[in-house]
Amino acid sequence: MKCDFCDSKATVFLTQLVEGQMKKVCLCDSCAKERGVTDPTGFSLADLLMGGGVAEGKPIAAGTAIPMPLGNGTCPACGFTLEDLRRVRRLGCSECYATFREELSPMIRGMHKGPSHQGKVPAGLMERQVLRQRLEDLRARLDQAVAAESYEEAAGIRDEIRQLNENLVS
Amino acid sequence: MMRFTTLVKHPADWMTGGKGQHGAVITSRIRLARNLRRHPFPGWAKRDQRAAALIEMKPAVEELPAMKDAFSQELSGLNSVQKQVLVERHLISREHAARADGSGAVIERRQTFSFMLNEEDHLRMQAIRPGLQLGSAFQALSELDSQLEESLEFAFDPKLGYLTACPTNLGTGLRASSMLHLPALVLSDQIGQVLQAVNKIGLAVRGIYGEGTESLGNLYQISNQSTLGESEDTIIRRLERVISQVATHEQNAREKLLEDDPDMVADKIGRAYGVLRYAHLIDSKEALNHLSLLRLGATLGFFPAETVILCDSLLMDIQPAHLQLHSGRKLPPEERDTIRAEIVRSRLQSLESPDNHFTNEKSEASSDINNPGDS
Repeated sequence: MKCDFCDSKATVFLTQLVEGQMKKVCLCDSCAKERGVTDPTGFSLADLLMGGGVAEGKPIAAGTAIPMPLGNGTCPACGFTLEDLRRVRRLGCSECYATFREELSPMIRGMHKGPSHQGKVPAGLMERQVLRQRLEDLRARLDQAVAAESYEEAAGIRDEIRQLNENLVS
Repeated sequence: MMRFTTLVKHPADWMTGGKGQHGAVITSRIRLARNLRRHPFPGWAKRDQRAAALIEMKPAVEELPAMKDAFSQELSGLNSVQKQVLVERHLISREHAARADGSGAVIERRQTFSFMLNEEDHLRMQAIRPGLQLGSAFQALSELDSQLEESLEFAFDPKLGYLTACPTNLGTGLRASSMLHLPALVLSDQIGQVLQAVNKIGLAVRGIYGEGTESLGNLYQISNQSTLGESEDTIIRRLERVISQVATHEQNAREKLLEDDPDMVADKIGRAYGVLRYAHLIDSKEALNHLSLLRLGATLGFFPAETVILCDSLLMDIQPAHLQLHSGRKLPPEERDTIRAEIVRSRLQSLESPDNHFTNEKSEASSDINNPGDS
């Protein structure tokens, strides 16, 4: 079969509905390319799949280079550095996210739909944070009590701390 | 504790769970990544730190009611074939199989749930279901996650969500994916456009077997890429919508192929049947591609509908480690081809020729050709 536009051999066959009529077009490779028939960006199947809503959310282009963070610094919790990140592409511990918050932020934004978490939150999280705060307060009070040599009060605080610690662990 | 041989003696629930929507969606898989607070990530941790994390996690996972009498094993206690079998069943990752000391796997009896301990993250938990069931698989797994939260404290940041070793998993820690069988989109040369379209909306697509972009057996996996900035529900609903649309495209393409070029379809399916029934040496590439056509034939009414399940379990059983498990010894590649052909022949022994089945159907109800999916 010959191309409808030149005499070369047709390799691309396009069937389209034009004004209610089925139209069949035969094209050779170069004519097809010239007219954008094989150009994937000209193809509307993406719209078809998403019911026209391709613009939903931010598309993430596959294979786009995501900038690795620059800079120095060491995570106090685990000794991990940004140089290690550039090498192994993984972080050292969960504290690293706090240590390198600023440096990581552009990279994270490039990878995901949004910058902040919208999903599940661990159930006991709030409770634990409150407990931890109370523990810190008690420790401060204990130091004060010891400094003031009020040992009876200090003993009471120590018992309370022990109790709280058990709650946190269990 | 459950033994390895007991675990793998039966096919997983999701392999025999019946046909999914349109027969195009084979399985749905949910993976959640979690890490322990105050423990360095496994890749950065020293040996004793990894061991300490494992000691904390292992009992917590084993004590989950859903994991009663589960298979639980440190990877150092498994040989390479056993690990590879778990990889082929999608129960542990290839990366996890490469680990030994201080890493473990806990796998539920029916292979519906599995936990990798000290993979890239401390805890990688997974649920697999047949067909398109991402939503219900997530619900079930999230329930186990919540139960674990009662005894383990996970690293969590109010802004960044669950903290993971690799920033690509931050937030929900959720990777939802489905395995799809898309032979008609491949045969009608539409696959490239469909995959490009899926990719354009921020979802990842890759062939399941084969290197790079090549796909064997017309099997593809579609999954989410972004894990932060959207709820689990939003991610899963979008995926389910896109996957069911791809499945519909596949179904339409199947009907159109049969309508436009029934001889070509019958020829391909007939040849696949012939090779699988009578070959004595078959490599995994050839077997996968012919099994794909046999499966297509089953959904088009060339074979009884339950042939789909037969194909799906064969896809697993002809993989190299499964062959070696079957024979009870290491096999050089040439010998694998013999054993593979042997297994395929014996499983398909009672499968009638597509011509017989199809002509019988035709004489009984000629309308079947127009409604191939209903048989």
